[in-house]
Amino acid sequence: VRRDAQAIILLLVGGGMIRLAWTGDYLDYVKPYAFWLILPAGLILLAVAGVTAWQVWRERAEADDGHGHGEPKVAWLLLAPVVGMLLVAPDALGSYEAERTGTVLGAEEARSAYPELPDDTDPVPLTLLDYAARAIFDDGATLEGHRVQLRGFILYDGDEPQLARMVVSCCAADARPVKLGMEGEVPAGLEPDQWVEVVGEYSPRQGRDEINGELVPYIEVESVTGIPAPDNEYQ
Amino acid sequence: VTAARAPMPHNGTVSADLASPETRPPDAARRARRRGPTSLQALALLLVFGLTARPGLADLFTAPAFQAWAARFVAVCVQAFPFLVLGVVLSAAIAAFVPADFFHRVVPKRTALAVPVAGLAGAVVPGCECASVPVAGALVRRGVAPAAAFTFMLASPAINPIVVVSTFVAFPGNPEMVAARVAASLLAAVSIGWLWARLGKTEWLRLPQHRHHEDGKWPAFWAAIRHDFLHAGGYLVIGAAIAASLNTLVPETWLQPIADHPVLGVLALAVLAVLVSICSESDAFVAASLTQFSPTAKLAFMVVGPFVDVKLAAMQAGTFGRRFAARFAPAAFCAAVLAAALTGTVLL
Repeated sequence: VRRDAQAIILLLVGGGMIRLAWTGDYLDYVKPYAFWLILPAGLILLAVAGVTAWQVWRERAEADDGHGHGEPKVAWLLLAPVVGMLLVAPDALGSYEAERTGTVLGAEEARSAYPELPDDTDPVPLTLLDYAARAIFDDGATLEGHRVQLRGFILYDGDEPQLARMVVSCCAADARPVKLGMEGEVPAGLEPDQWVEVVGEYSPRQGRDEINGELVPYIEVESVTGIPAPDNEYQ
Repeated sequence: VTAARAPMPHNGTVSADLASPETRPPDAARRARRRGPTSLQALALLLVFGLTARPGLADLFTAPAFQAWAARFVAVCVQAFPFLVLGVVLSAAIAAFVPADFFHRVVPKRTALAVPVAGLAGAVVPGCECASVPVAGALVRRGVAPAAAFTFMLASPAINPIVVVSTFVAFPGNPEMVAARVAASLLAAVSIGWLWARLGKTEWLRLPQHRHHEDGKWPAFWAAIRHDFLHAGGYLVIGAAIAASLNTLVPETWLQPIADHPVLGVLALAVLAVLVSICSESDAFVAASLTQFSPTAKLAFMVVGPFVDVKLAAMQAGTFGRRFAARFAPAAFCAAVLAAALTGTVLL
């Protein structure tokens, strides 16, 4: 790889990272805090590309026989993530992954006490993981008597639609779903990957995830409304 | 190690391409043409192809399995690149600005003593494994005993303060898991250092040659960043592709029957840590989510991960040479599993 080509590879990698940070697409791959890692790293790479280009230009101007850098061939491989970031731009992981991975509920250790839900809000917005933990580890004690509002995407366990959200601890490579069964007023014809807002009440029913045998809690559905996918689809 | 300091053989043809047609001697021009398309031209062609064929490419890539693979691949790269940049900037700064005799003064003369010191230094300096590989390369190049540099390379991502805190958060009310992780990682890192001091051979190391820099510190600094990033980054891409493939292709159901077995469970999670290549800052959360496994198995997952995984092995092969990586990765794996099993039996 010649040095001018090296400068272009650096420019593409750095530019791709800055573009991800700028457009907010980075949330499809990493946690929100990573913005503060991606942006400076992209800027440093651009600076290195700039310095390299300047050196090449200056050496050409001086017709200096300079230093050849026919070095790392492996650098070509850096174009693969550039193609991934700029051309393929894959969406956030969704139902395809969730149908093949066991529910993550085990990640949440059982806490001794869950804070009471507020009485003056109805329905109470909760994350899927919070609802699932309260339902499984606390037998829904803090959920009784409240209407809750959950957001997630649809996936199918056989014929049965489930509500799910991907939980990410580092980057999308370790994404695992938390799944919730639905009973009650579940409309027919829900599309996989469709994002929905579900309002409902705690149901004591529990199922098992076929993949890893973990408990899957249920919700007694009152209404299901389609919503656009949130900026950060992970949790 | 001496080979690492040898100057890069200069290559006249490359810059002859860069000379303007007026100044370029005719034979040089002919030679340049004979070499086929230059890398710059190839890159330009690729770019034009990529931009014009973009709609078609996008169609090709809509299969859900490929989308899932690509999301994971891009995710590993995007997560790791900033840490790699941090590492190469740090290692370039060591190479360009730290005087050569600094490490001779700071690091103990006797390797047997330098190794545990390096291990403890690793516990203080927050580094990701992607950052620590090029930093260890810079240390070796600067004349630090390889045994000490490798112990630092292993210990720094395994037990730095960020990792300790994240482990504490991932295992609430379970501080002995944090203690076990620190103890096992330190034990394994120091044993590997001592093992290298006893059995390691310098000729296994093939550090990529750095340009001989007589033209000032800043040009050397930029050249080192560029070279190290392109080199280690290329290998990181290989590792990311392998990790993404395994994450997408290996069904989780395979783990179920193994989980209950005390020995197989530990080995299974150790192998899983190698395959999935999660960064050490967050592997504790993944370990905690593998609830079917015993605490010792989870410990093995957290000790092996920062020591050896496919992404790291690829980067080590790039930084220190393939012969090194072929010996070092298995040794690090065995040391990590043994240390985890031992510590797990005593503490958990």
